[in-house]
Amino acid sequence: MALIVCLAGLFYLAPTLTSNLPDFWKKNLPADRIHLGLDLQGGMHLVLEVHADKAVEAAMERMANDMKETLMDSKVRFRNIERTKENTISLELADSAARGAFEKILKDQYPDLEVQSSRISEGRETVGLKIRDKRVVDIKKLAVEQSLETIRNRVDQFGITEPEIIPQGDDRIIVQLPGIKDAARAKNLIGKTALLEFKLVDEEHSIEDALKGSVPEGSILAYGSSLDRESGRRASLPYLLKSKALLTGNALETAQVKISDRFGEPHVALKFNSQGAKDFDRITGENVKKRLAIVLDGVVHSAPVIQERISGGDAQITGSFTLDEAKDLAIVLRAGALPAPVAILEERTVGPSLGQDSIDQGLWSVAIGGLLVVIFMIVYYRLSGLVANFAVILNMVIILGALAAFRATLTLPGIAGIVLVIGMAVDANVLIFERIREELRLGKTPRAAVEAGYAKAFLTILDSNVTTLIAALFLFGFGTGPVKGFAVTLSIGIVVSMFTAVFVTRIIFDYLVWERKIQTISV
Amino acid sequence: MELIKPGTNFDFVGRMNLAFGISLALIIISIASIVWHGGLNYGIDFAGGTLVQIKFQKETPADRIHSALKPIGLENSIIQSFGPNEVVVRVGEVERAGGELSQKIKESLAQALGEGAFEVRRVEVVGPKVGRDLTRKAILAIVFSWIGMLVYIAWRFEFRYAVGGILALVHDTIITIGAMSLLNKEFDLTIVAALLTIIGYSINDTIVVFDRIRENVRKNIRQPLAEVINASINQTLSRTILTSLTVFLVLLALFFLGGPVIHDFSFALLVGVVVGTYSSIFIASAIVLAWERVKPSKPKRKK
Repeated sequence: MALIVCLAGLFYLAPTLTSNLPDFWKKNLPADRIHLGLDLQGGMHLVLEVHADKAVEAAMERMANDMKETLMDSKVRFRNIERTKENTISLELADSAARGAFEKILKDQYPDLEVQSSRISEGRETVGLKIRDKRVVDIKKLAVEQSLETIRNRVDQFGITEPEIIPQGDDRIIVQLPGIKDAARAKNLIGKTALLEFKLVDEEHSIEDALKGSVPEGSILAYGSSLDRESGRRASLPYLLKSKALLTGNALETAQVKISDRFGEPHVALKFNSQGAKDFDRITGENVKKRLAIVLDGVVHSAPVIQERISGGDAQITGSFTLDEAKDLAIVLRAGALPAPVAILEERTVGPSLGQDSIDQGLWSVAIGGLLVVIFMIVYYRLSGLVANFAVILNMVIILGALAAFRATLTLPGIAGIVLVIGMAVDANVLIFERIREELRLGKTPRAAVEAGYAKAFLTILDSNVTTLIAALFLFGFGTGPVKGFAVTLSIGIVVSMFTAVFVTRIIFDYLVWERKIQTISV
Repeated sequence: MELIKPGTNFDFVGRMNLAFGISLALIIISIASIVWHGGLNYGIDFAGGTLVQIKFQKETPADRIHSALKPIGLENSIIQSFGPNEVVVRVGEVERAGGELSQKIKESLAQALGEGAFEVRRVEVVGPKVGRDLTRKAILAIVFSWIGMLVYIAWRFEFRYAVGGILALVHDTIITIGAMSLLNKEFDLTIVAALLTIIGYSINDTIVVFDRIRENVRKNIRQPLAEVINASINQTLSRTILTSLTVFLVLLALFFLGGPVIHDFSFALLVGVVVGTYSSIFIASAIVLAWERVKPSKPKRKK
């Protein structure tokens, strides 16, 4: 039994210790190395918060626009439809006939909306619509799920090995990227909403007036930048755009980086899907000679004049990109937009050289700490100390094997946990040996003393270890990343020490006093 | 080899009041230090902010770093030495003027000192929301671990032992935090981990003593509790000191060799082990006895 556990420990540990295992081992037997935490191998840990409220707002905005068209199509007399700051849709209905028609449309086509308030003055009725609470919950949940999926896609395309992207709580996402070099670029890639919109430039109104503060209804101000090729400076350039997006990134089939011939500058070539191509064909056909702005996350990238109807579904985003910027833009466009903006709540990045330093320092302290204890035990208990040391070494092997087997993560505090376990694991043996000494002093034979020592110490060991384990479990529940790694090694170590220090040493002592029939015991 | 000779019989219980006095003084000093420093010196885990660890190619005085950070208005940020040619820059903010602070620090250092003069080895940015979350979680974890111990000991022993054990733990936690505060060390996540470990370790020590008291009480029902407790502490003394010694040894190895990242963590553990050992010997059982004097347990009826 004891032998099996020890062999299993070694068995799982083998892939970590050596990388040139025979092939049959790699195929059939455990090949997982101990997984190193980001603090040891270097990498980036991000906690993102999805602003799911924004997804709800966007849904309301869409519904308000949609309803405006539906009501116009059905010839319902209304005016002033808009989405308010409190995220409701308000509109005015002209008369009771309009009211009747409106209610029917609301019931049939907008089951997600409900009337929140209605007020009649001078024959007009002002209606406030709100989205149903249940639907809000759904939209938020979906926004988080989609964000997770989108981020995963982006990270996969970026080419990072073994990324970890997991949800946390209601609206948070944890992203772990081992071995990442350019932290700023990775963050930009992950955090970008990447909402691509095509909007017409409002050429009927004057941009000067808009800049002074009177933005006409149905239009918005947006900014782009222009690059002065001679000075290399970027200047901010305002645009007045129609607020309605004619087409969004959803209509894309793919996006790729191309290098343009003229300046050797990279740009991103877009290909629409079949519906998107049809829409783009219609939009460009209807708006020849007008300017169509390409807006990414609210920033205007370019606003070319539509020269002629564009069929075939190709477009491109130009701008002054570096090659990396263009590559990353293509990735985020391919992976799709995030349904809601995300904010980085927490970032922890460790460079690879610091990770290696930590590994070295960790190993040194394990080695020296272990050595101190081993020497101490031999000096104090002699032969029995040797037995206890054997148990401690066994303990280490099993802890490391268990880490590999359970795919737990080893962190720097985790190594500290192992060091601490070395100190604490001998405790069980100290308890037993002190008991045996007491029994021997009472004049018992070695056999009886060993028997009584183990029997009496066992309950104490159990009680004292359970309480330590309780603390370790709370630590596990509380901890993030590195601290969790500490709780893991400490917990495994405590449990394993019960086995190695109680059962394994017992077997050795029993062998000594029963088989070899030794008359004195060196404790 | 024997450190504590068999038959040793120190009068621990008799010095109970002295021990209480010392502990009370330590607790008062701890709390006074925390108040004096205007609360704990929270690290960015709890306070929120930005931390950038930078290793320079050659020795770079702090003034140069300060002046390099002047253009972005960070000349007053905290710069701590973190090993040879290595510093940690700490700022209580996450963003400045729309951009990320860690990136800005990197850029302005590159401008002032040159691109290859340094290497950014670690960046930690904790937003205020996460900081609050972590603070709440840390306090909950510590309090719940006390309660968890209370319940377990009350179940395995008796309620009065649980009271003694837990008060000893609270005592250890406060004094360890006090020591951190006195030396103005930063209080971060790893320190909470250390505190929880100390809680686990100290109770472990205490339980061993309690266990012996329980055994001795059963053996000799007529002996006064004070005598039983004193005998039990003496009988387990050798073990208590030995185990503390081995743990202390490995912690010393961690403290000196584990590197700056876990330096404070090992320091808190060192303090905690000493205080925990002391409280297991002098405080926990004494509280059980004091509790017994105030509120005697009903004599068990013999069937």
